[in-house]
Amino acid sequence: MAGAGSPNGSVPGSVPGSEATEPASRGWPLWEVFIRARRGLAHNHVGSLHAADAELAMGMARDVYTRRSEGVSIWVVPTASITASSPDEKDAFFASAADKPYRHPTFYDVPAGVKHL
Amino acid sequence: MIVDWEAEFQRTIDADSRIEPRDHMPESYRATLIRQIAQHAHSEIIGMQPEGNWITRAPSLKRKAILMAKVQDEAGHGLYLYSAAETLGVSRDQLIELLHTGRQKYSSIFNYPTLTWADIGAVGWLVDGAAICNQVPLCRCSYGPYARGMVRICKEESFHQRQGFEILRVLSAGTAAQHAMAQDAVDRWWWPAIMMFGPTDDESTHSQQSMTWGIKRFSNDELRQRFIDMTVPQADALDLTLPDPALRWNDERGHYDFGPIDWAEFWQVVNGDGPCNRQRLAQRVAAHVEGAWVRDAATAYAAKRADPGAGQAGSSTAAA
Ligand SMILES: [Fe+2]
Ligand SMILES: [Fe+2]
Repeated sequence: MAGAGSPNGSVPGSVPGSEATEPASRGWPLWEVFIRARRGLAHNHVGSLHAADAELAMGMARDVYTRRSEGVSIWVVPTASITASSPDEKDAFFASAADKPYRHPTFYDVPAGVKHL
Repeated sequence: MIVDWEAEFQRTIDADSRIEPRDHMPESYRATLIRQIAQHAHSEIIGMQPEGNWITRAPSLKRKAILMAKVQDEAGHGLYLYSAAETLGVSRDQLIELLHTGRQKYSSIFNYPTLTWADIGAVGWLVDGAAICNQVPLCRCSYGPYARGMVRICKEESFHQRQGFEILRVLSAGTAAQHAMAQDAVDRWWWPAIMMFGPTDDESTHSQQSMTWGIKRFSNDELRQRFIDMTVPQADALDLTLPDPALRWNDERGHYDFGPIDWAEFWQVVNGDGPCNRQRLAQRVAAHVEGAWVRDAATAYAAKRADPGAGQAGSSTAAA
């Protein structure tokens, strides 16, 4: 399991300058678990687990993450298939949005008395 | 781009924001968290043993169902925590190996035996109660995955403490023999529960650094005092006494005073000579070894389904 871009980041790549790779687990691959709590809500990441295959991952996700009816739908995704942005979540990757305040309605002056704008 | 990531790291913590797995972090922060989260995970799964001991002998179907649900929760807590530890770059196999070879510890409280049914009440009320005191501040721990796991765990823990309290309440109000059984359990579990908060502040080795890093929010002594202050009135409600003659309200401090803790006993249990240390570890290792065929079978089945042709030696292709 590679998972270099795993949202759970199970990679020791945080050491500055290191190109460390995933420590090989001799066990089952890692799966990320997403749960829809109620109809009308999106699936949210709740955690991860190890399982031999998708079917077992699904059963385990139910047992581990929905013992109190926390969900009506589960996704399990192999951690290795997730591509994430940068290893550093404070990266300049997102900086280009910061200097575009005109994308927000608060950027614009609305004269007093003008309604429904 | 050169960023002073170490300053950035401490700035994030001081701003009460969270460190996430792929952020730069000092190696000692990583190592401290791995040790603490792993020890916590180990405690959850070893903690299943003293209570699992009573599942087949619970006095009613209702109590049996409740106890099974609680023990299942503890397994779940262990899994949430192992997952959190794994985000720091250790594998599950490594952690299990460290537990099985005694190189990582679990909470000493689970090295005490559960001798009677009332012990299940005392464990829920006092041991889960003390654990909750320790765990609630961890919901705001600086490391994101640990904090998120703790939020889940704390939600589930509150029923654990209540069911223990209820077991004791029913026994305490029962026959004289039942009341005596409840009192005996509380007498045996009170001091070990108090010790769960660890050494006093002046003896505690890792505390200061953990505070600076936002891993720990309150000192051992603060949390211990908080637990005692909460628990004394609950003991009154149970009509049970706590085995400490020095326990009394101190108006000036606004807290209960309590007697000296037997730290010799604490260190003896930590260092391997509690009543059940060997039994707990042996049972854990045996369960792991005896479960190996299940894990192997699942792995083999998954491999076979992923590639149905493989493993069928002498199949039609070879024959043709
Ligand atoms: Fe727990
Ligand atoms: Fe618990």
